[in-house]
Amino acid sequence: MSEVAARSPMGNRFRNPWRKPRILESFIWLYLAWSILPVAIAVLFSFNAGRSRSTWQGFSLRWYFKDPVLSVWHDPNLHTALFQTLRLAALTTIIAVPLGVAFAIGIDRWRGRIAATFNFQMLLSFVMPELIIGVTLLFVFANLLSFVHLGTKAQFLGLVTFQVSYPVIIVRARMLSIGKEYEEAAMDLGASPVQALRRVLLPLLYPAIFASAVLVFADVIDDFVIVRYLSSDASTEPMAVKIFNSARASPTPALNALATIMLTTSLLLIVLGYVGYRFSTRGERRGAGPGFGDFAAEL
Amino acid sequence: MLRTARRRRAKDGGVWYPRWFWPSFAAPGSLWLLVLFAVPFYVVLSVAFGTVDPIFRNPVPVWNPIQWYPGTFRDVLGQIFGTNAFLGPPFLRTFLYVAMASAICLLIAYPVAYYVARYAGRRRGMLLVLLIAPFWISYMMRMLAWVNLLGNDGLVNRSLTSLHLVGHPVAWLSGRPITVVLGLVYGYIPYMILPLFAGLDRIDTNLLEAARDLGANRARTFARVTLPLSKQAILAGMVIVALPMFGDYFTNDLLSGSPKTSMIGNLIADSVGTPGQGTNAAVLVLILTVILIIPMLYYVSSTGRATRERSG
Repeated sequence: MSEVAARSPMGNRFRNPWRKPRILESFIWLYLAWSILPVAIAVLFSFNAGRSRSTWQGFSLRWYFKDPVLSVWHDPNLHTALFQTLRLAALTTIIAVPLGVAFAIGIDRWRGRIAATFNFQMLLSFVMPELIIGVTLLFVFANLLSFVHLGTKAQFLGLVTFQVSYPVIIVRARMLSIGKEYEEAAMDLGASPVQALRRVLLPLLYPAIFASAVLVFADVIDDFVIVRYLSSDASTEPMAVKIFNSARASPTPALNALATIMLTTSLLLIVLGYVGYRFSTRGERRGAGPGFGDFAAEL
Repeated sequence: MLRTARRRRAKDGGVWYPRWFWPSFAAPGSLWLLVLFAVPFYVVLSVAFGTVDPIFRNPVPVWNPIQWYPGTFRDVLGQIFGTNAFLGPPFLRTFLYVAMASAICLLIAYPVAYYVARYAGRRRGMLLVLLIAPFWISYMMRMLAWVNLLGNDGLVNRSLTSLHLVGHPVAWLSGRPITVVLGLVYGYIPYMILPLFAGLDRIDTNLLEAARDLGANRARTFARVTLPLSKQAILAGMVIVALPMFGDYFTNDLLSGSPKTSMIGNLIADSVGTPGQGTNAAVLVLILTVILIIPMLYYVSSTGRATRERSG
């Protein structure tokens, strides 16, 4: 060992088991730069004073609301898109999360072949590419459930179908880590199944429910394929579709501004979700309590 | 009645519920998915094996399987595999692009996940947040960012020309496979990092120390212990990025838009919107589903196994 060290200091350094993994470390910083810088640059250019999305011409809020025609605030197209996105996200979250949570609780205890089949169906809907779900639903609304017209209603039905598996998976993971002991203790102490569920299990599930609501909301904001196929006309096209339609066609920084607004909405939501998560896990805090990492891990 | 109750009590670990109690919780979600997820595949079958309205050119589904008309299906298969196979190249291209993009994803994601799981220390929480950040940034925005950067007067071309690496701007956004593949990598890599991180984080460090104590060096410890133990996570990560890539058409549309790079997703997206092509779209959706059924079943069964193991 010492011979090797004497012969080559480099070899010695490589033999040290506690050597810092500098190459790996620089690799991860490069990765982070690659993953975040392009978006940061796009955000930066939403504040550009000129029309260019690659030459900096000074700071301005022109593309947000100052420009009387082309800004997000004054362009009725972009305006409608923003509200369509938020409407769909809220509607979908309100329905998909309770459906998913109830499903997770039920399927966790319901044994047998029918339960296994429904569980399989749910997992399959989780991994099915969105394009397949979107196109199949388009055929359904055109041929079978033709009373559902394309537009907000069809988009909502499609989004819930696509999103319902997320709360199921998050809540089931949480239920596995909780175990059944608390509920059984409650019932040994005389609670009925419904009471045990409401007073014991549900409060324990709040963090997971919260996390899945945040996830579903943010995922709907991000959704593109389903909302595009199931939209009726320009008035029901949400933000992601607008970005897609004009990214290669009429590029003004207003598009960047719209995307930045989407980004800010998601980030606000996470902060809100994190606050809610801290609140709903306040009984579990030891020392510093669950940090953002735990919240992220819940997702 | 009493006896049934007692038997159920014994099976459920000492707690008695009415028989309908738990099924009633799962019923609404199950029925929702039955009507809007499972039944739609029958509708697609009926459209794919149906006919086309001679006047309006819209697909007419045939609900009775006995009367299914296989003509369109045969035609599309002929266009993929036959002599005049103009749909063949997009299919091959899809496999090639997805394989390349998933492989690049793995090569980048593995070291990143490995570092965060093993060496991040106090910075672990912050790094995890940064790794998850792309989830919260809309996919379209991330692609828009690259459209901005890769344009003819975008920052990439400007830096390349100012460094005299290229004489005149490169048309990155018109039909270049490399742009599409890297776009797919950029779009889906976060989905791979998380399962890899979870898998690597679960590995018991005692096993690594044991390997070192027994004389294995770093590389050998990695190759003989860490890598085999993370095999499941690698497979799960590959499947979870490959599945949406197979159904992706918008990355291609935004970053290339040329038929030279079109994939199965583009074929489906284009035929859905074209009058008279609805039946073809249904056939292509069926073919894509059949292609993907094995990776999907693999993912479902491996998560099912993990759930059973954790619930004991």
